Amino acid sequence: MKNSKIKVATTRQSRLREMFRRDGAWPWLVNRTEPAVDVSHQVLLYIESLSVSFDGFKALNDLSLYINDGELRCLIGANGAGKTTLMDVITGKTSPDSGLVYFGQTLDLLGRSEAEIAQLGIGRKFQKPSVFEAQTVYANLELAIQSEKNILPTLVARFSPEQIDRIDQVLEVINLKDRGFMMAGALSHGQKQWLEIGMLLVANPRLLLIDEPVAGMTAQEAEQTAELLVSLAGEHTVIVVEHDMEFVRRIAKTVTVLHQGSVLAEGSMQEIQENPDVIRVYLGEEQ
Amino acid sequence: MKDASLFAQQFTALHTVRTKAPLFLGILFTATIYAAVCNLYVAEDSVLYVSTYTITLLGKYLCYALLALSVDIVWGYCGILSLGHGAFFALGGYAMGMYLMRQIGDRGVYGNPDLPDFMVFLNWQELPWYWSGFDQFWFAALMVVLVPAVLAFVFGWLAFRSRVAGVYLAIMTQALTYALMLAFFRNEMGFGGNNGLTDFKDLLGYNLLSDNTRVSLFVISAIVLALAYVCSQLIMGSKFGRVIVGIRDAEDRLRFLGYRTDYYKVALFVYSALLAGIAGALYVPQVGIINPGEYSPLNSIEIVIWVAIGGRGTLYGAVIGALLVNYAKTKFTAILPEVWLFALGALFVAVTIFLPNGIVGLFKRTSLNDGHDLGEQP
Repeated sequence: MKNSKIKVATTRQSRLREMFRRDGAWPWLVNRTEPAVDVSHQVLLYIESLSVSFDGFKALNDLSLYINDGELRCLIGANGAGKTTLMDVITGKTSPDSGLVYFGQTLDLLGRSEAEIAQLGIGRKFQKPSVFEAQTVYANLELAIQSEKNILPTLVARFSPEQIDRIDQVLEVINLKDRGFMMAGALSHGQKQWLEIGMLLVANPRLLLIDEPVAGMTAQEAEQTAELLVSLAGEHTVIVVEHDMEFVRRIAKTVTVLHQGSVLAEGSMQEIQENPDVIRVYLGEEQ
Repeated sequence: MKDASLFAQQFTALHTVRTKAPLFLGILFTATIYAAVCNLYVAEDSVLYVSTYTITLLGKYLCYALLALSVDIVWGYCGILSLGHGAFFALGGYAMGMYLMRQIGDRGVYGNPDLPDFMVFLNWQELPWYWSGFDQFWFAALMVVLVPAVLAFVFGWLAFRSRVAGVYLAIMTQALTYALMLAFFRNEMGFGGNNGLTDFKDLLGYNLLSDNTRVSLFVISAIVLALAYVCSQLIMGSKFGRVIVGIRDAEDRLRFLGYRTDYYKVALFVYSALLAGIAGALYVPQVGIINPGEYSPLNSIEIVIWVAIGGRGTLYGAVIGALLVNYAKTKFTAILPEVWLFALGALFVAVTIFLPNGIVGLFKRTSLNDGHDLGEQP
């Protein structure tokens, strides 16, 4: 008892001494720069025992998931398995009841706003294509490009040649080269999906979260999307949520199956298809 | 590459102003100079003579046009439906009114050199603290922009940070202006109760009743409107403006791209309130009175109707709407005063159904809102 009191006193003292050290600056005076994403253990995204409940319904239930740097991971699962909720937690839209989400080894994502998380290099594509319909394709990409996103810099923002080149490249990649002048609202559904993917690309994020990329696409467009996503992996890390099993089979190296808010199985498509649990709860319904 | 630089050129704010300002400014200044000259230098019995009454009326319209412009900035471009912009207008007006009150000096009915008439009438012995400084024009001018801006900042900060939007926000802005109206109606507030502030004599030493002063105020209103127009076009033509339109159409998308959209909305709301305050300050010396009626919710709704009728998201549409509707109002209320509100309502309904892009929507084919119905914006 007495011992612990002394301990408290000494820690207080040492803290005070720490304050007056002359070989350093006080932490609140140091210009805080975010540490770079640390992937020395190959893992880019750590999700540990994450739980979220809405009015008693457990959308995520003690979910743990690790995504390696440069990986392309597919998430599948029935409706209500928690795929979108998981994306919401990673991107800062929903705050979980308990659990950890780390980007690299050092960056805690919980408690940050959507905008902060986006600026750390996490891009998200929504299920329903979400583009700025009343603006041109070019303006859409301009808004998405990596730049200062505070008010004053945007008031005086001008294009740099690098940015123009970057937008040009992306327009090429997403096959909208000749539609730069067009209002985004006038694009077809599939083209909007591509534009939104382009908006992610132009920002050059470390991690891409892509929710149902091929919904509403023709077979040919889906084929191109698959090629694009596969080519992105390596340089970027990609997490794809998709219902279309054919599509998942084509792109996936590792698949994670979610069921009732937690991970049911993880492995190659082959392993997943042979997993008895998965067959019972998910694939069984399809085959 | 060649294409891209062409695009880039189009994306500079200056380009927007170059394409959108000359016609507007040309018409505005031609009309202003014409009216001013015809009032001051043409004989009264000439056909070309413009009466001082008309000049004051036009000056009033220009203030309304500036007010409509400020609403268009938040509503047309950012989708924030504010039904309380009359509050910012009236606050700017009151700040100017307080200065004009202090200028009266001992020329009031009671001849008290320190207290405005209504305070003498209420048996007050000394000037309330918040009236101090208003005998200085610079101070009053500062308050004209500062008070609406601070109120807009506090209100916007609270509302936009907790992501209040759409109808809820509209109702809150109504409540804001209604609360201010009730407060200003009370005599204890020290703003003249339901009579408001009136009986003004002069502004910076110039007699408010003289033709020269009236024409000057009218010309100044036109210049301020022109400045506000150019400034707003510059802002809306910049990347900031495209972020604002993005907020209107897909706010979530912008958040996940890394923009703090709440900060953007607060900034825009403050800018808009500031313009509304300036409009109020120009309005008061021309009409000669400011009273709590300016805070009435109906007034604020009327502003929104001007913008809807003129056309949203173009700035000049708001100006045209304000001028036309107010001209119609002047004519109508002279002939059939009790029918006016019904006519206005009918006009609003008709425009909403048949002209979703307002009157200017009839003439322009390509614009920011082309092929895009703003009516569905929550």
